[in-house]
Amino acid sequence: MLNDIQKNILAIVADMKGTGEGAVNIRSDGQKAFRRNTEHIVIESKTDKDGIDIRIAPGTKDEAVHIPVVLTKGGFKDMVYNDFFVGEGADVTIVAGCGIHNCSDCDSQHDGIHTFYVGKNAKVKYIEKHYGEGEGEGKRILNPQTVLYLEEGACVTLETSQIRGVDDTKRYTKVECRGAGSEVIIRENLLTHGDQKAVSEMDVFLSGFDTKAQVISRSVAQDDSSQIFYPRVSGDNKCFGHVQCDAIIMGGAKVRAIPEISCNHVDASLIHEAAIGRIAGEQILKLMTLGLSAEQAEQKILEGFLR
Amino acid sequence: MLEIKNLSYRVDAEEGDVNILRDVSLTVEDKKFVVVTGPNGGGKTSLARAIMGIYPPTGGSIFWNGEEITHLSVTERAQRGISYGFQQPPRFKGMKVRDLLNVAAGEEMNHDRACGFLTKVGLCARDYIDRDVDASLSGGEVKRIEIATVLARKSELMIFDEPEAGIDLWSFARLTDTFKEIHDKKEATILIISHQERILRLADEIILIANGAVAARGSVEEIYPKIIADTVTGCNRLEVDRIC
Repeated sequence: MLNDIQKNILAIVADMKGTGEGAVNIRSDGQKAFRRNTEHIVIESKTDKDGIDIRIAPGTKDEAVHIPVVLTKGGFKDMVYNDFFVGEGADVTIVAGCGIHNCSDCDSQHDGIHTFYVGKNAKVKYIEKHYGEGEGEGKRILNPQTVLYLEEGACVTLETSQIRGVDDTKRYTKVECRGAGSEVIIRENLLTHGDQKAVSEMDVFLSGFDTKAQVISRSVAQDDSSQIFYPRVSGDNKCFGHVQCDAIIMGGAKVRAIPEISCNHVDASLIHEAAIGRIAGEQILKLMTLGLSAEQAEQKILEGFLR
Repeated sequence: MLEIKNLSYRVDAEEGDVNILRDVSLTVEDKKFVVVTGPNGGGKTSLARAIMGIYPPTGGSIFWNGEEITHLSVTERAQRGISYGFQQPPRFKGMKVRDLLNVAAGEEMNHDRACGFLTKVGLCARDYIDRDVDASLSGGEVKRIEIATVLARKSELMIFDEPEAGIDLWSFARLTDTFKEIHDKKEATILIISHQERILRLADEIILIANGAVAARGSVEEIYPKIIADTVTGCNRLEVDRIC
């Protein structure tokens, strides 16, 4: 059913062996390749547009749903709308990675629009990895949009990472912490190399009472690649928000970080930090004193930074 | 055995060439505990860094176990059994204490073994093993983790650059016990840059470095009274010599 290329990509972007366990929807080259529902998690195809609805029953605990996407046809362009309805009090992990294998001279592209409706006191960990491979001249393009609406007491942790091989990406993340006491933690890791380009925009609205947001962006820009970050956090009630952008710049790369915080309430407390710099020479030397070569030391530092 | 012959290290500065190390020659026998001390700016750290290969000497030669290592890289020296604890260790965002210890040991250590090295430097292993080596740690904590990495390396020659700096008295006492234990069990040759009496008193030999040169060397009994005399009179003769 799945060929070796697909299996390899699934392992990289979703840590899956074959079709994995639990609720699963594998999308390959624009088609449903595999689907499995569980008692508490039901995945249905949309009828009005391309995509799926994932319904997680209230109170579902310690379950995971994997919805990876694989593109292996050169020049294929895919757009999908996935909506997640997370029931009250659920505690689940959602894994949604995308990998593109492009050996052609035409661009391959996947645009995934994910919208989450997270119910009262629900807890979600969302993991999304992006990866590209293939020897063709065609680009591997990934443009994810992630939109979250959090009800009272809901807590979402987003862990997104671009591992390697994505030539062009425009990421957009929007979070509305509407419910009192809701909380979002966003960890974005991004690696670009060659002449790749990455743009990441975020809008976080802390409109509910006593809401919290933490945005941690770590990126490495190698060779002649370029990255731009626009994380924006708006505090419209008693809330706390912290934005931290750290980037390591190497070779001829360029990185811009433009964090923006807006306080629209006297009890809103927002902080931002941004730092861009090269790997410190003393860091390399320290690891060399432990027996690593300069190249191994650099790799070790980057691995830790992007973990 | 470590042998240093006529080592010099010169750097270009705005005011012209500055001789950081001048014709330094010394020998450190296997399994000995040697302390290098002397006034600030005298060249102690430069000597340690030259031995590790971080600073390239402009003259002279360094031999380790009979092999000339003067032109070997830091990595090559580390692979030959030399390790170095930085005076001001760098921090690593995202790298955990456990990761750093594993790199030092050259293998994935089990939990108990990795924690053992933290205990030896006075850190509660449970509280630190999974922490990032980043700005969330104090200077003293990073320093002790640094020393733990040198211990984990299990090198033949362990060089520590002012291990006492930034460390509280209680942890320092634990640390000196660890140095003494390594020495008593003859696990390694120890070369420590230090000004601390407690460390000086552990040494088999003290080497006084001032103005980039070896000013004196001898046993604790021979050298320590000289340091005390300088301190009591408020006249650092070594420093005065340099100014003159």
